[in-house]
Amino acid sequence: MLTNCVILAEPQGGAVAPVALELATLARSLSEQVTAVIYDVDAQEAAKTLGSYGVTAIISLGSTDSHLPGVPVADAMREVVSTVGAQAVLVAQSYTGRDVLARLSVLLDAPVLTNAVMVREVDGAVVADNLVFGGEKVVSSKITAPVQLLAIRPKSIASEAAAVPANPAVTDASVSSNTKANRAVIVSSHVEERQGPKLDEAEIVVSGGRGLGSAENYRYVEELAGLLHGATGASRAIVDAGWVPYAYQVGQTGKTVKPNLYLAIGISGATQHMVGMKGAKNIIAINKDKDAPILQIADLGVVGDAQKLLPRLIEAIRQRVGA
Amino acid sequence: MRLTRAAKAILDDSDAYGVEIALRLAEAAGGAEVILVSMAPNQEVQGVRTGLAMGATSAVVISDPALAGADALTTAKVLASAAQRVGADLVIAATESTDGYTGTVPAQIAALLDWPALTFAKQIELRGAAVSIQRQTEDGYDVVEADLPAVVSVTAGVVEPRYPSFKGIMSAKSKPVEQLTLADLGLSVEIREQVVAVEDAEARAAGQIVEDDGSAETEIINYLAQIKVL
Repeated sequence: MLTNCVILAEPQGGAVAPVALELATLARSLSEQVTAVIYDVDAQEAAKTLGSYGVTAIISLGSTDSHLPGVPVADAMREVVSTVGAQAVLVAQSYTGRDVLARLSVLLDAPVLTNAVMVREVDGAVVADNLVFGGEKVVSSKITAPVQLLAIRPKSIASEAAAVPANPAVTDASVSSNTKANRAVIVSSHVEERQGPKLDEAEIVVSGGRGLGSAENYRYVEELAGLLHGATGASRAIVDAGWVPYAYQVGQTGKTVKPNLYLAIGISGATQHMVGMKGAKNIIAINKDKDAPILQIADLGVVGDAQKLLPRLIEAIRQRVGA
Repeated sequence: MRLTRAAKAILDDSDAYGVEIALRLAEAAGGAEVILVSMAPNQEVQGVRTGLAMGATSAVVISDPALAGADALTTAKVLASAAQRVGADLVIAATESTDGYTGTVPAQIAALLDWPALTFAKQIELRGAAVSIQRQTEDGYDVVEADLPAVVSVTAGVVEPRYPSFKGIMSAKSKPVEQLTLADLGLSVEIREQVVAVEDAEARAAGQIVEDDGSAETEIINYLAQIKVL
C-alpha cells in the first residue's frame, strides 16, 4: 500500500465532477492517505462528498479567475505533492486532467501514464492497465520515477462510498501563478444545449455512424433516443464529418459510456469506437455489412440497412409505448 | 517488452488537421513559414513529405535509436527543443496521436517552453500577435485567448485537410528536410516507461445475428422487452 496519493477533483457545474469520486475510490484502494485538490467549488460541500469516498485531506485552491486551469492548478499541485510526500497523482483523462498532468510532469520531470482503466500496486510499484486495439488487449505499464503520474479514463472504475467515511481537513492554498505560461484566459463559455440525459451518465445510449447515410438521417437516432429516454451518441466518423458536435462522440478520443443498453446504428465498430462502448451491459447493433466488427460483440446484431429499418423500428416502438 | 508498429510511418490523420490549419493561418498572415517537426524512427520522412506536399516550407526530423519506446514527456522534450531551434512562435499539434492517445504532449511542450497551452481547439484564429481558439469542453466550448508565442493543440475534424496536388508532390521532393539526432539537439534521454505485460482482454460472447428481411424491428423489440427496456 502507498502512503500518500493526491487526486485532482475537478469541478463540474459547481460541485466536484462524478469522475472525482471514481478517482477517490481508486486512490483509497492504493494508498493510506488521499489528498484531493479542488478549485472553483464550495470547499465545505466538496469535503463532505469527498470525505464519504475516503479522502483524508483537501487542498482548496479557491478560484482560477478565468485562467485555463492547466498551469495554475499544476503549479499548486506540485506544492501539494512535495508537502504530503505523494507517491502517486491521479487525474481524470479529461481536458483539464490532461492539461494539469502534462504541466505537472514537466515541473516534476516525471513521465505520465494515460488512458488507464485500472491501477494497482505491485511490490511498491504502480502498474497501470490500458486498453489497446479496440479493447482486445490489455497493456500493463509502469514508470520508474519517484512520483507516479496517472490519468484514469472516466467510467473505468465504479465509484463506491467508503465503509467508514473520513472527515477531511480543508486547507486553503492560493493559485498565484505568475509564470509566462499562465497567459491563456477564458474569455467566454458556451454550452451546447442537448436534450435528454447526459451521454456519459445515461442508462440507454443510441449512437449513429456513417451507415445513416446523411447528416439529415441523424434525426432518426434522436427520435429513437427520445422514445427510449436515452442519450444520443456518435462515431468519430460522423463527428469528423461535421454531422454532430464533438461532445456526442463515443470512443477512445471521445466519451466512455457504460449504459445498460447501447444501440449502435450504422457504426462498423472501429477499434477507436469499441473502446468507448464495450462496457455496455447490452449491445444491439444494426449494420449493412455482415462482417462489421461491431456485430461480433453485439448481443443482438441485425444485418440490414439502418435507413430502412429505423423508420419501422421507431413506428413499432411508438405503437408499443402508445406515444 | 515493447509494442512495435509494423506499418510504415505515415502522416497521422490527426496531424493532417494541424498541417492544414498551419497552412491556412500562414496564408492569412501573408506567408509565414510552416516548418514541420517530427520525431520518427529510422529517419522516416514519408510523413513529413506528405505535409510538405500539402504546402509546408521545410521539415526537421529527429531520429535516434535512444528514442525507441519514448514516453510522452521524452517526446515533448525532443519536439520542444526542435521548435526552439527553428524559432517557432506558434506550435500547432494534434491533440493526440491515433495510436498512442496520450493527449499530453502539446501541453508538455508548452510547459517546457514556458508558453501557454491552448489545448483541444476546434477553431483557431490569429489576431495580430494573439491567438484565439474555441476550446472543447465537456458540454460545449470556451473561447480562450493568449499572446504569442503559444502552443495550440487541435482536435480532429476541425478542417478538411487538402490533398497534395501533383505539383505539390513534385515540389515536396526538393524541399529541405533536416535530419537530426539527440546529440544535435544537445539532449540525452532516459526512457522510464516500461511495458510489463500484454494480455487478452475479457472477450464479449458473440450474440445472436439476424438478417433484416423486412421485420427485424420485431426482433429488436423482443430483445428490448426481454431486458425490460420496453
